[in-house]
Amino acid sequence: MTAARPSADLDRIYRAEYGRCVATLVRLLGDVNLAEEAVQDAFAAAVEKWDTLPPNPGGWIVTTARNRAVDRLRRESTREARHAQALLLHQRDEPQEVGPVRDDQLRLIFTCCHPALAPDARTALTLRLLGGLEVPEIARAYLVPEATVAQRIVRAKKKIRDAGIPYRVPAAEELPDRLPPVLTVLYLMFNEGYAATTGPLIRTDLCAEAIRLARELAALMPDEPEVLGLLALLLLTEARRPARLGATGELVLLPDQDRSLWNRALIAEGHELVRRCLRRNRPGPYQLQAAINAVHTDGAATDWRQVLALYDRLQALVPTPVVALNRAVAVAEVHGPAVALATLEGVELPGYHLLPATRADLLARLGRGAEAVAAYDEAIALAGTETERVFLRGRRARLGLP
Amino acid sequence: MATMKQYLLAVHMVEGAPTPSDDEIQTLYAQVDRVNKELQDAGVWVFAGGLLPAETATVVRSENGRTTMTDGPFAETKEQLGGFWVLKCEDLDQALSWAAKCAEACAGPVEVRPFQDEPES
Repeated sequence: MTAARPSADLDRIYRAEYGRCVATLVRLLGDVNLAEEAVQDAFAAAVEKWDTLPPNPGGWIVTTARNRAVDRLRRESTREARHAQALLLHQRDEPQEVGPVRDDQLRLIFTCCHPALAPDARTALTLRLLGGLEVPEIARAYLVPEATVAQRIVRAKKKIRDAGIPYRVPAAEELPDRLPPVLTVLYLMFNEGYAATTGPLIRTDLCAEAIRLARELAALMPDEPEVLGLLALLLLTEARRPARLGATGELVLLPDQDRSLWNRALIAEGHELVRRCLRRNRPGPYQLQAAINAVHTDGAATDWRQVLALYDRLQALVPTPVVALNRAVAVAEVHGPAVALATLEGVELPGYHLLPATRADLLARLGRGAEAVAAYDEAIALAGTETERVFLRGRRARLGLP
Repeated sequence: MATMKQYLLAVHMVEGAPTPSDDEIQTLYAQVDRVNKELQDAGVWVFAGGLLPAETATVVRSENGRTTMTDGPFAETKEQLGGFWVLKCEDLDQALSWAAKCAEACAGPVEVRPFQDEPES
């Protein structure tokens, strides 16, 4: 047994289990801060005690966290501690959980995405509590200072506790108001996994987590087309992931991807969901994005005219700079790089490397090398992962300019 | 086992806003009465009341053993507390759903604020 392997395992398990364990501990203790502390205690204990992995690491963490919490609560006599103790005592008659419980996460995500919390705080809190992301990672995902994210999380947790925001899945009549913020958060969680802002480019655990939660939501709300649309969007994006990085870990763009590597089962599932959405005929932003990805994954090559038509509808619905940027890529394929570049005139996305990267690509195709170099340099300086920097340097080098 | 929390549902009057007609006021009173009855029947009612305009307020200060009084409300803003409910609810969601009914009844925004927990004896 080497020392390195358990630590790598532990890292993986932390990523995979943190959110689930916190969610279950929140139910057991009734308090977010106590739950987080207990789970962190348990992982600290795991570092010391795990010579080999236990058969059910998540179950071990939940049990240990629960026991640690009981010990800690016995030593403390605050109101929260007594309340949590009472909750634990109350649950003694219930069957003992052997591990994280699926509904706990759904409950906690509705709490984290409660409309009484500020929109920025909802995503930060969900990424922290259910995704297990650290504050600096969330700060990079949002392009805001770490202190801002830390403060948002602290304030949100305080409001949950002080204002009495409950841990429960909303009733059917509440869902129209309560659902959209949850969808936004799952989308952002998947995005952070698919294009991680730091470290390795792809964090499959976050993608898997977002898809898992989206599936739970779709099972809970089969008649909400935007839930199906979001799930389809995530599945169709995830399906292409195996082809997204090349043999040496380099980024491969859509037209150059080896389509035989795509996950056909996920694509079939995604296409079926898109068809279900079309039959309902209540289009929304997620359904349109899913439809765009359905076109990308249909046949041997992308039908860019269809993609552009869908982007036009999406832009009419959500006229954001990010949509304008993505639409520009489709415009370039249909009407050429000059027209595409013109559509990016006045689009501003401070700190977002894909805007200068896209402009650089369009400039290069127009033969405006010096401007392309400058735009690539800007994009390289902003890119958060080495994979993307390597990719951008490669594109820049292809111009053959200093 | 569920711990009940108290919430203040505050209604604010905006100074200079058009005064409703007598008929409109009667309708509002009737609507608020109905909600009050509902709140009492549901067992969440603690206390409620409507306030006379802020110009009837007096602020009392006690500094260095001396008491001073000034005419008018404490905060010189256009929005002044016009009335309130105090409710005992299971959680914020319950308070918010009552607040939605209260806001509809009194035809104005309702601010929901949790009370501090009572100090333990």
